[in-house]
Amino acid sequence: MTPPFALSQTAINFTYLVAAVLLIVGIRRLSSPPTARSGNWIAAVGMGIAIFFTFLDEDITSYWLIVVGMAIGTVIGVVSARLVKMTAMPQMVALFNGVGGGAAALIAAAEFHRIAPAAGHLSGDSVGAMLFSALIGSISFSGSLVAFGKLQEVLPGRPITYRGQQVVNALLFAALLVVGVLAGSTEQGIWLVLLLLGALLFGVLLVLPIGGADMPVVISLLNAFTGLAAASAGFVLENTALIIGGTLVGASGTLLTVLMGRAMNRSIANVLFGAFGAAPAGGVAAAASTDGKSYREVTADDTAVMLAYAQRVVVVPGYGLAVAQAQHAVRELADLLEARGVDVKYAIHPVAGRMPGHMNVLLAEAQVPYPQLYDMDDINPEFPRTDVALVIGANDVTNPAARDNPESPLYGMPILNVDQAANVVILKRSMSPGFAGIDNDLFYEANSAMLFGDAKSSVEKLVAAVKAA
Amino acid sequence: MSMTLLNSITVFVLAVFIGIEIISKVPTMLHTPLMSGTNAIHGIVLVGAMLIAGSADSDLEKALAFVAVVFATINVVGGFLVTDRMLEMFKRKPSKPDSE
Repeated sequence: MTPPFALSQTAINFTYLVAAVLLIVGIRRLSSPPTARSGNWIAAVGMGIAIFFTFLDEDITSYWLIVVGMAIGTVIGVVSARLVKMTAMPQMVALFNGVGGGAAALIAAAEFHRIAPAAGHLSGDSVGAMLFSALIGSISFSGSLVAFGKLQEVLPGRPITYRGQQVVNALLFAALLVVGVLAGSTEQGIWLVLLLLGALLFGVLLVLPIGGADMPVVISLLNAFTGLAAASAGFVLENTALIIGGTLVGASGTLLTVLMGRAMNRSIANVLFGAFGAAPAGGVAAAASTDGKSYREVTADDTAVMLAYAQRVVVVPGYGLAVAQAQHAVRELADLLEARGVDVKYAIHPVAGRMPGHMNVLLAEAQVPYPQLYDMDDINPEFPRTDVALVIGANDVTNPAARDNPESPLYGMPILNVDQAANVVILKRSMSPGFAGIDNDLFYEANSAMLFGDAKSSVEKLVAAVKAA
Repeated sequence: MSMTLLNSITVFVLAVFIGIEIISKVPTMLHTPLMSGTNAIHGIVLVGAMLIAGSADSDLEKALAFVAVVFATINVVGGFLVTDRMLEMFKRKPSKPDSE
């Protein structure tokens, strides 16, 4: 039965063209700060057009599954997007990405089931795309869930490694290819089920050995994977909207992954297979170096005096600031200091927080004026002239070992040269190592002092003490 | 190779180039929102899920397609809203009181 409002395939494909143009314009505008927000909405309108006109496709004969499914998905999507805290954004993106990948894999499975029972019915054109979509979609799904678990700290953030891990992964991947070929040639559902399960396992094993600090790059890579899975689902269904939308994300996501890796001076291969920040298996004295080194502790009052009578202060915010929700208190402190004539700047490392740009989002939330935010390259020459560098919950991005110690696992990562400031005060809960699991040499420098405590309460104490000074 | 497949491949290849071109110059600040925004866009897979859910015959197929519709809708709706929340932060609203 043809639904009453059915449009011709040509008409629907035309609306897909309009949608594709809007998606492209949207992504383009997303790449520039003044137009980013409208770009997001333009892309959303494009998406809305594609979805709306798909309802009018003559192939759709039953609506209730779609309507109920979309209603449930909308409620979950709206609620989770509204409730998530800004600090938990990265893992939220990971989840949204995962379900997208899962959807692509399920589409492939449903199509396989529809066509496969009668052998010889799988067309050579689409079978490859179908299996690719199942494989990549499943990897993206389970990989994203592991990434979510690590960022949410349900799973340990440290890399989980064991001997022969890469051999196991390589063998599993080879086995998946064999299973894929069997699924395509025999057209037996059992092989597809094996492919899906194996790919889910592979996604887990792929992400487990990667350290929490590298999760943004992993999420970005899985984002590109999901894009490709969606595009190949488009090949299966011969649907241009899917091919264009999915491919755009696959291509731009891959480039974005490379850009992010570059900001951390890491190659993608290194992120995936380097087990970065693993327990010091290679003899690198990461954890052991705490022995025999001493650090200095300082009180909030002393720090406040130091700040109040400084000329130049640079605040180095990190994830610890975000977790403690201290960004508003920090802005208050900066306002107070500025009122006393102190020059206050914020040094933003490209990967401060847990995603590139994450810290900018958080500070903007606290209404810190943009001109005060400085990128790494702009602020680094300033440190030698800085009286006090206030490191709030940042760790790995300030570790001088990344610059000076070729044996450090961090070596080569661009850092903020905080140690060059006259005084460094580090606000931190304890002496525990950072997200990458590596001890920070900065804490033991002669010009460094530790102010222990929760970032928010420490900053509030500083605010009160500066007021009194 | 059929003509349809060739057309699909043509679209694919051109989209690869466009995808790379349009984001080649992105400030670091926008990496997170851009990742989130493109994340929403691959929710286009919803269109595929709808087509299957609307024409499914067997129960298994219906079940798979139904879950796919739910998943893809979460991807689309959540993705765009979260991106908008991030980008909203970049807009200055001096009159807005600090609330936390």
